Amino acid sequence: MEDLKIELKGKIIEVLNLEDITVEDIQDNDPLFGDGLGLDSIDALELIVLMDKDYGIKLSDPKEGRSIFQSIETMATYIAANRTK
Amino acid sequence: MEQHKYSISKWCTVSEEVVKRFDQVVFEGEKGDFVAFAKAYYKTNEIDYPKFFKMDALSKLAFIGSECLLMDEEFDKPTSDIALLFSNASSSLDTDLKHCESIIDKDSFYPSPAVFVYTLANICLAEVSIKHKLQSENAFFVTPSFDGDLMYTQVKYILETHRAKQVLCAWVEYLEGKYKFFGYMVGSYRQGELEHTRENIKEIYRR
Repeated sequence: MEDLKIELKGKIIEVLNLEDITVEDIQDNDPLFGDGLGLDSIDALELIVLMDKDYGIKLSDPKEGRSIFQSIETMATYIAANRTK
Repeated sequence: MEQHKYSISKWCTVSEEVVKRFDQVVFEGEKGDFVAFAKAYYKTNEIDYPKFFKMDALSKLAFIGSECLLMDEEFDKPTSDIALLFSNASSSLDTDLKHCESIIDKDSFYPSPAVFVYTLANICLAEVSIKHKLQSENAFFVTPSFDGDLMYTQVKYILETHRAKQVLCAWVEYLEGKYKFFGYMVGSYRQGELEHTRENIKEIYRR
């Protein structure tokens, strides 16, 4: 699980072009949206694509994303339980 | 003889990793990599706008050139005083091609939303408007080459109908690593400034 969290942080930094942010800067329970990393609605769509492309998880209900994308912790927990890749 | 009511207060160019203002070099980056050059310009000028790194190349180019022209303007609140008039030849083709690459393989069909949002050339107008809180008139023209006559006519219309007090005009062209930004600001005539004429526009573009 720890490896998955580190992997996720790296992917998010790369895919979302987060300049001047390192894996070490992101805490497992930091909010990804709002006051945390400050991600926006396009970033949310990119995270949905990332889930599908890298972990084989298709999120069809946008409401699901709200709880899954709360933090690295919640994302990793969901991926670990549902991944097909 | 026609009295010129408007003048060109400043102009700048961005090409081949060099930024010039009033024909003087104000920034020079390493050759051959636009993205690295744009990042270097951002860092050197201590711009604090993280969304810059998410922009496509066309918007980064428009952003840098507009920064160069607007850095000494004061914006403490949203304004409709500065209109934007941009044009280019390739529209958003550079990003369109990137989007196309991501959907060409049916077995690996993962279009990027962050790329897709830039498959319209006029998005760069929005990027500049958001950064500088411009709630003003704007337009993006696609023409085979820089059309000074078109810009002249449009600027005159915007200013004479009081839609704005100044107009930021720009040719902002980017395709597969080749690029050019040529921008200038037009406002009410001030002594000592270059008169806003078709000839002067074409002349400073050629420099």
